[in-house]
Amino acid sequence: MAEFSLPANSKVVPGKTIKSASADAKRTRTFRIYRYDPDSGANPREDKYEIDLDKCGPMVLDALIHIKNDVDSTLTFRRSCREGICGSCAMNIDGRNTLACLKPIDEVKGDVKIYPLPHQPVVKDLVPDLNQNYAQLASIKPWLQTQSTAPSRERLQSPEEREKLDGLYECILCFCCTTSCPSYWWNGDRYLGPAVLLQAYRFIADSRDEMTGERLDALEDPFRLYRCHTIMNCTQTCPKGLNPAKAIAEIKKLMAARAA
Amino acid sequence: MANDTNSFRTPIGRARGLGSAKTGAQAWLGYRIASAALAVLTILFITLVISLIGAPYEQVVATFKQPGPVILTVLFLGFLFHHAAYGMQEVYEDYIHGKLAKVFAIGATKMVALALFLAGAFAVLKIAFGA
Repeated sequence: MAEFSLPANSKVVPGKTIKSASADAKRTRTFRIYRYDPDSGANPREDKYEIDLDKCGPMVLDALIHIKNDVDSTLTFRRSCREGICGSCAMNIDGRNTLACLKPIDEVKGDVKIYPLPHQPVVKDLVPDLNQNYAQLASIKPWLQTQSTAPSRERLQSPEEREKLDGLYECILCFCCTTSCPSYWWNGDRYLGPAVLLQAYRFIADSRDEMTGERLDALEDPFRLYRCHTIMNCTQTCPKGLNPAKAIAEIKKLMAARAA
Repeated sequence: MANDTNSFRTPIGRARGLGSAKTGAQAWLGYRIASAALAVLTILFITLVISLIGAPYEQVVATFKQPGPVILTVLFLGFLFHHAAYGMQEVYEDYIHGKLAKVFAIGATKMVALALFLAGAFAVLKIAFGA
């Protein structure tokens, strides 16, 4: 059966409390951060950091960088571009998957709870193991595939055809959506998840791609595609405002169109 | 789960797995068609039942000797149990991860659904064609 509770060695225990803000700090905030070190053998814990918001920028990522630089250098997380285009700092903030660099601290009421993306193996602290997600992405061949001989110039596309890729090409593969999906939690080994299905549709919808049928063949599966039950967590959580649920629905419509 | 740390299988090998079953579209479409049909048939069937509340035995039997109510009821039962069996199958596929247990649960549910449909249809047809 599906596991609905955490295994004993994954239960989060209270951790240490560190107050870094000075007594005369005007704006302080407590960050409750998931910590896990696989080398220690200990259960994950939730550390509390009280920091001075005037010592860091406005976003949650700014606070994390401040904590790592000035308070606790053992805190581990991924980040790169700090402007919502690389997808590295995807994590669960205040109960919702989002990008730390795009999430203003002001939007969170009370303590700021930061956990890694849900239901993925944790490498350390806020770093999830996304190997499976990347492998699933590779499995749908996320590149243009053609049968015709390559033209001497670029493959042409009308403005209308190009418009069909809007809302699809912007995906940065942060996997906020996939890791928010209960269907993916229960059947992630076989269900591809919203991020990968949105990418699959991005190439199905591309007028220049000539392998649409083969792409649909590869997706037509009770688990790969049809585990989607339109729960819509993906669309609600996407930090880029995209609609993976709609992309999946479009794939289902094409499946029905060629089956009926 | 796929993240079996004892296996040296590569992530791409696991993701590709057994490949696509190349099925699912027909079942998905059938489920939607059954849903749409049930939306209409349920209202008609409930209307039929309400219209017979308090009616004497002879009138109910006479009603179920007419083709309309009989066809409506058999259709309703067919779509109802098809829909119920498929819905349960989705639940099993989501939550039961033992291969045998899943196949058994799906098979048993379909058998029960079929048996209930046949029992219901038989009852209606018995009235329809009975003396």
